[in-house]
Amino acid sequence: MSEAFLDVRDLRVQFPTEDGVVSAVDGVDFSVEKGKTLAIVGESGSGKSVTAQAIMGLINRKSAKMTGEVYLDGEELVGARPEQVRSLRGKRMAMIFQDPLSSLHPFYTIGKQLAEAVLVHQKVSKQEALGQARDMLARVGIPNPERRIKDYPHNLSGGMRQRVMIAMALLNSPEMLIADEPTTALDVTVQAQIIELLNDLQSEFGTAIVLITHDLGVVADMADDVVVMYGGRVVERGAVEDIYYRPEMPYTWGLLGSVPRMDTDRGERLEPIPGQPPSLIRLPTGCVFRPRCPYHELVPGNRCDTDRPALDAVTPEHSVRCHLEPAQRREIASERLAARGGDVLGGGAGGDGLGATRTATATMAAPVQTEQATTTTPPTPVPADQPTQEDQQ
Amino acid sequence: MTVVDETGASAVLRRDDALLRVDRVQKYFPINGGGILKRNVGDVKAVESISFDIVPGETLGIVGESGCGKSTAGRTIMKLLDPTDGKIEFEGRDITNLTRKEMVPLRREMQMIFQDPYSSLNPRHTVGAIISAPFKVQGVKPARGVQAEVQDLMARVGLNPEHYNRYPNEFSGGQRQRIGIARAIALRPKLIVCDEPVSALDVSIQAQVVNLLEDLQDEFRLAYVFIAHDLSVVRHISDRIAVMYLGRIMEIADAEQIYEGPLHPYTHALTSAVPLPDPNAERKRERILLKGDLPSPINPPSGCVFRTRCPKAQTKCAEEIPLLRELAPGHFGACHFPEEKTALIRG
Repeated sequence: MSEAFLDVRDLRVQFPTEDGVVSAVDGVDFSVEKGKTLAIVGESGSGKSVTAQAIMGLINRKSAKMTGEVYLDGEELVGARPEQVRSLRGKRMAMIFQDPLSSLHPFYTIGKQLAEAVLVHQKVSKQEALGQARDMLARVGIPNPERRIKDYPHNLSGGMRQRVMIAMALLNSPEMLIADEPTTALDVTVQAQIIELLNDLQSEFGTAIVLITHDLGVVADMADDVVVMYGGRVVERGAVEDIYYRPEMPYTWGLLGSVPRMDTDRGERLEPIPGQPPSLIRLPTGCVFRPRCPYHELVPGNRCDTDRPALDAVTPEHSVRCHLEPAQRREIASERLAARGGDVLGGGAGGDGLGATRTATATMAAPVQTEQATTTTPPTPVPADQPTQEDQQ
Repeated sequence: MTVVDETGASAVLRRDDALLRVDRVQKYFPINGGGILKRNVGDVKAVESISFDIVPGETLGIVGESGCGKSTAGRTIMKLLDPTDGKIEFEGRDITNLTRKEMVPLRREMQMIFQDPYSSLNPRHTVGAIISAPFKVQGVKPARGVQAEVQDLMARVGLNPEHYNRYPNEFSGGQRQRIGIARAIALRPKLIVCDEPVSALDVSIQAQVVNLLEDLQDEFRLAYVFIAHDLSVVRHISDRIAVMYLGRIMEIADAEQIYEGPLHPYTHALTSAVPLPDPNAERKRERILLKGDLPSPINPPSGCVFRTRCPKAQTKCAEEIPLLRELAPGHFGACHFPEEKTALIRG
């Protein structure tokens, strides 16, 4: 990840409340290159939206404590002055919010709101700004843009408003776009239009996209890389194929097992994750997923209760936060995935060449595991008696 | 301009053991103009002549995009709204024109689960009071006492019975939905209308609630009308599925038929628009992108209501309303030019 456009390192956001400190984001790392899409997946309270707001500089510093580093094209943002971040916002990075009705001002016309975004960053006349607004509306597929710029948000349907939000975000051709649940409030047919639009714009302008969503279908459609968040932490990170075909974290298995799929047998039962997501005030000691994890008993010595697992690299691109042995993880994953759709594990195009990349892991993960990975392809479970110890937490 | 198709309705409604029979039901909401006279200036045609039936133990899914009339359909079936036209039969009895009072005894048999687990529970009542409300309303006295019965129900839906005295705000969204479910099954109804029961929940919790609904169905032989916009969930839970668009049923068939061989171009576009949680499959997939937005239900297009967005529309579609006909055994579609491959056996 040499030329990462956005690089987030050890980002932490804490909100002090009457009941205690809420650790909404707790040591998050990831990076995104230009022209690529990174999806942040998680349920409510996993910290995914706060991460996005922190990157955009939208966290109120008076009510929250924010540490870590965020580099946008080499420029550090966490320690930067608010004015400096503001000058980047809109121009170099932009955000699409989830709810287009509450994110647009009901009193002003679409045209006025869009033109304002242009005028903040460019020295142009109002007429020219309106012209740019009109062109961008046409670009995002809104019919009759000349008429639409005179409309108010309430005149438009949900899909149209979301397009206006996208148009607003794209007006100053930002190099990075954060889309926070951009299609959640929309119907599937409109969602398909918006996804297509984002994919087209990305290939045209080489935008780096951070997509925040809980919809695993949308992720499969758009993402190159995926970060899975739980309880404010990254619990698994990898290429989209790693996450869907070679997932190694019990929470990721749970997520994949929870969604009904249109392409598998209808009769089979869903495998939900038991229990509830954790409270961010009283996070469990040890692994945050431990209270809902069906596999914690496989880890000797109650380590899931006492030790926070580290985010360990499986390959240079794929990391996971779990105390289970890598061989155990792969065995369970292949069983669970095979039960759901047959040829899933290693069935992807990325199945080959893994050995080579895994060798390169040697510097990051324990060598024992690396060796095994070179000799066995992921779907084949490694015999349990083989030495796989690398308890270097 | 009630374009009721006799053949379509009678073809769909042919099961004698139907628990619920919805026969060409229509629901219009009048729009009143300004001024003192409040003249009726038009109608929102929310539901336009829909027909289907449900047998005990069956799940009928109703899918469609927002504004297609699926929630109005659910509320009309429950008689929370009075139908403008058509006939609703429950266990062979015509309930179309029953008053609210006359409906009360029937509420034992048909219940509803709502979408929003936050606004559908009274925040000032304890969970015990909420779940026992049906007993009070119906004057039912459980043999072992109300509290024991309620605690049984709580355990049945996966809540801790000791939380009997807690208030809704002490529960999470998924748990609240379980409270709503416990209340709905309290009187052992035969039919439950579920209006988007899982769409407000997180993915992992969604699966828990879907499994619970399936277990309860097996245990009590419940029939569900499952209204949702999430096609994957609807496919998972439903035996039969009705696809609605602008107040009309476009297609109705077994779940497998709908997803494996949709015959209506709208169903086809709708199913193709759902992204699969499988990146490799996703890259190969062809998607039918619909253009434009849903037309207004106040002034729907002439002929086929879908024609303005249909990739296959021809002049006939603007002139003639397509009837719901049996395009394959048990598979009904309302289209002049249905998707090919399945032979037309009737109509």
